Amino acid sequence: MSLPATASPTYPPGQHPDLPPPPGSAGVVGWLRANLFSSVFNTALTFVSVWLIYEFVTAAIDWFVLEAVWEAGSRVDCRKQGDGACWAVIATRVDQFVYGFYPADQRWRPVLTFVLLFPALAPVLFDRTPYRSQLLWFSLAYPALGAWLIHGGLGLPVVDTDAYGGFLLTMILGVTGIVASLPLGILLALGRQSQLLVVRVLCVTFIEVVRGVPLITLLFIASTMLNYFLPPGTNFDLLIRVLIMVTLFAAAYLAEAVRGGLQAISRGQYEAADSLGLSYWKKTWLITLPQALKIAIPGMVNVFIGLYKDSTLVVIIGLLDPLGVARAVLADAKWNGLSNETYLFIALFFFMSCFAMSRYSLWLEGRLSVGDR
Amino acid sequence: MATIEEDTERIRSAADSSRVMVEIQAMHKWFGTFHVLKDINLRVTAGERIVICGPSGSGKSTLIRCINRLEVHQQGSIVVDGIELTRDVKNIEQIRSEVGMVFQHFNLFPHLTVLENCTLGPMWVRKLPKDEAEDIALRYLERVQIPEQADKYPGQLSGGQQQRVAIARSLCMQPKIMLFDEPTSALDPEMIKEVLDTMLELAETGMTMLVVTHEMGFARRAADRVIFMDGGEIIEKNAPEPFFNNPQNDRTKLFLSQILSH
Repeated sequence: MSLPATASPTYPPGQHPDLPPPPGSAGVVGWLRANLFSSVFNTALTFVSVWLIYEFVTAAIDWFVLEAVWEAGSRVDCRKQGDGACWAVIATRVDQFVYGFYPADQRWRPVLTFVLLFPALAPVLFDRTPYRSQLLWFSLAYPALGAWLIHGGLGLPVVDTDAYGGFLLTMILGVTGIVASLPLGILLALGRQSQLLVVRVLCVTFIEVVRGVPLITLLFIASTMLNYFLPPGTNFDLLIRVLIMVTLFAAAYLAEAVRGGLQAISRGQYEAADSLGLSYWKKTWLITLPQALKIAIPGMVNVFIGLYKDSTLVVIIGLLDPLGVARAVLADAKWNGLSNETYLFIALFFFMSCFAMSRYSLWLEGRLSVGDR
Repeated sequence: MATIEEDTERIRSAADSSRVMVEIQAMHKWFGTFHVLKDINLRVTAGERIVICGPSGSGKSTLIRCINRLEVHQQGSIVVDGIELTRDVKNIEQIRSEVGMVFQHFNLFPHLTVLENCTLGPMWVRKLPKDEAEDIALRYLERVQIPEQADKYPGQLSGGQQQRVAIARSLCMQPKIMLFDEPTSALDPEMIKEVLDTMLELAETGMTMLVVTHEMGFARRAADRVIFMDGGEIIEKNAPEPFFNNPQNDRTKLFLSQILSH
């Protein structure tokens, strides 16, 4: 659509001022015109879409909220009260969804651990956190503190790991896996790029073998086969074995994401660092790794989200993660058949966690892109 | 804290022409099976400014990159300020800390500010405290005339400014030798002059410089010797006046006629 040429005043060379754009080509009106109403077909499409969205959203609100039942003794009871979702199934079992079989009188411990996670994470995730350097010491101590609070000992009654379940278990697997796999993945990526043949071969072999088998296989190894390899009489906790496997699995994937970042850095960066006389570790720590990790953020967050969701696979070797709880709940004759509500609830929990990670990674990318061309 | 004048004095007093800074003897290098440098012999004394020119692929960049071991030579010897370049990593790091290098594509660290680019070497290699490193950095940024850009990131500067920061970054290590690998080749014509002016000013302080460049004006004004390379060999070396006015070798004559004919 071209506008008719209007008689515009002439200016002497070099004196032409910046003029405002033609009306309707910028701002809200311009955006609407360009994106929603640019042709008859697009206008029709816009109206059809708005109608579809309206229908879907109102139906969803009805089912999720307006006609939903929040309190009931059983599924049959639910159905008598309304046609929407029967959230009563979640409400009656919410403790199990959150804690598994963690003893009721000790539940303040995982709650406290969860609350403390935020001050521990804040200085790591946000460089403008007030009192950051002091808080970082707390972050450093947090893993030991959290393990003590949840497991007990030293004055607290011990809670065995087979009592952990539900979202508590997911958080333990996810947070430990992410925190432990990051340094390991970085070291593997550096090892894969190493000039030392032995280091390189070891790292490549590890990465390829671990990436080459499904996580379930590793979990089965952890739950059964590992006993054959270990000296007789040693018996270390199934949860620890699973944590190790999940960490190794994520580390192999992370290593490849980080390697992508390392390879994206131009050779000139390595040469400039070399020419200043920086040693390998200083060069890596100060120059190449910060740039590589920034490039690798989307890939790394991808791995973390994958790890977090894959933690549900532990249900197969008998750990009681939210899906395990869901199974148990649905097997109950009273609540039989409410799988929609149960799984949607679990999906909502996972979505919130993963969406938070995803948003954080976007924010961090923006934060780190200061000064980019 | 030394002023620029004192610093200039330090370099000038070191510019003792009896002191050999770089001694290359019968040096050969191959890239795979390609013989890229053939029987290179070169002695550079303190304070000497050497311009290396030649057609692309003649090995001139490779030659100066051998001096701080960004490239590894396979035969012959290279001695830099009394230390022979061998595989010994400590030796290499020590030589690199005494030899500054300026690259064609600047290679500033994009995730660090201009100031951090300049303090990195002094802090992590020279182990200077931060405030002292910053003093040095600001002094050299002033010298290349961009102290006001200290808190910007490299990506926010023009090409010419970036290259001057790169020069300052090298100078902050207070090197004994400066290597320049085609420092103006990636710049817009408008920005070449500001970088050449900085280099000329540096040359006047008596810094030992090896410069790979096609800027023959710079060679005429600043060089003590001009070296012409072709096919991996040093074809001709001479003072700028006789080199440009009376080249001896036919290959040199052809090269000069091609680049000076405009």
